[in-house]
Amino acid sequence: MFLQLFWTYLKIGTFTLGGGYAMLPLIQREVVDRKRWIDEEEFLNMIALAQAAPGLIAVNSAIFIGWRVGGWRGVCGAVLGAVLPSFLIILTIAMVFSDWKELPAVEAVFKGIRPAVVALIAAPLVKMAKTATKSKAESRKSKAALPLLLSLAVALLIWLGHVNPVWVILATIIVTLIVVKWKMDN
Amino acid sequence: MLYLQLFISFFKIGLFGFGGGLAILSLIQMEVESHGWMTQQEFVDIVAVSQVTPGPIGINCATYVGYTTAGIWGSVLATTAIVLPSLIIMLSICKAYFWLSNHFRGNPYFEQTLRMLRFTVIGLVAAAALLLIKPTTFIDPVSWIIFGVVAMLTIMPSVMENLKIRKAVEFLSHPILLIVLAGIAGYAIYS
Repeated sequence: MFLQLFWTYLKIGTFTLGGGYAMLPLIQREVVDRKRWIDEEEFLNMIALAQAAPGLIAVNSAIFIGWRVGGWRGVCGAVLGAVLPSFLIILTIAMVFSDWKELPAVEAVFKGIRPAVVALIAAPLVKMAKTATKSKAESRKSKAALPLLLSLAVALLIWLGHVNPVWVILATIIVTLIVVKWKMDN
Repeated sequence: MLYLQLFISFFKIGLFGFGGGLAILSLIQMEVESHGWMTQQEFVDIVAVSQVTPGPIGINCATYVGYTTAGIWGSVLATTAIVLPSLIIMLSICKAYFWLSNHFRGNPYFEQTLRMLRFTVIGLVAAAALLLIKPTTFIDPVSWIIFGVVAMLTIMPSVMENLKIRKAVEFLSHPILLIVLAGIAGYAIYS
C-alpha cells in the first residue's frame, strides 16, 4: 500500500503544473475512477475538508486519501509522493540558479517575467470574487457584495499597514465565532 | 538558531495557510522578507519558477528558501515544517471523519467561519499582488504593458460567454505559455 500510494502521488505530483487545484481532477481520475480506493461522495467530502483545513491542498488531500486507504503507511507514501517531485526539482534549480541569475540574458528574461507573475497572482481575483459572492450561501442573502469590504480591508491592512497575515486570519476566525454566538443568543 | 527560525516560520505558514497556493504567498513573503532570507526579486523569481514547474507553490518556496539560507538540510527542514501542521490537522480530521461528516455541514459556527475566511483569502491574494508592485519588479512602462496583457488574457476566459472563443482564449491564457512568452519578450527587450 505504501508503494502504491507513493507511486500514484508521485505520478500526480510530477505531471501537474499550477499547484493544488490543478491536481484535484488528476487525483479524482486515479483514486476514484481507476483505483476505486474511495467513492465519488467521499472524494467530494475530502475536497471540502482539504480546503477548509489550513495548509497545502495537495498535501491535505494526500494525507486524507493515504489514511483512508492505507493508514499510517498510506499517509507516509502519499505525502512523500506528493512532495518529493517538487522538492527535488526546486532543489536542483536552487543549486544552479544562484550561478545563473547573474548572467545578463537570464536577468533580461526575468525582467520580462516578473510583471507577468504579478498579473498571474492578481487576475484570478476576479474569478475568486465572483465565485465567493455567487455561492449558494451568498445568493440567499441580499447583501452579497458587503463581505467584499472585508477583502478590501484585509488587502489594505497587509499592503499598507504591514500587518502579518497570521493576525488577520486569527481575527477573522475569532470575530466570526463571536458574531455567530451573539446572533444565536439573541 | 537559523534552523529553529526556519522551522518556526514555515510551521506558521503551514498552520495559517488557508485557501491554498495564492493565499499562502503573502504569508511566505512577510516571513522571508522580515527575516531577510530573500530579496523581493528573488521571491518573484521563485514564484515564476513555481508557475512553470510541477508541485504546490508552498513546497517550492519552502525548499528554495531552506536551501538558500541553510543548505540541503535547511530545505529538508523547511519543507517538513510546512507539511507538519497539515499532517497534525488532517489526521485529526480523518480520525473524527464520521463525526465530522454528520456535524460539520449545517453547523453555523463552521459554515460562517469558512464563509468569512473565503473573503479574507481574497484580500490575502490581493495583498500578495499589491506587495509585489515595486520598482524592482516594475522597472519601466514595458513592465506595465506585460502586466496588462497577461492580466487581460487570464481574466478573459472567466467572463467570456461564447464557448468557441473561450476555448481558444483558455489555451492562450495557460500560465506556462504566458510566462514563456513574457520571458521571450524580456529577452528581446532588455538584453
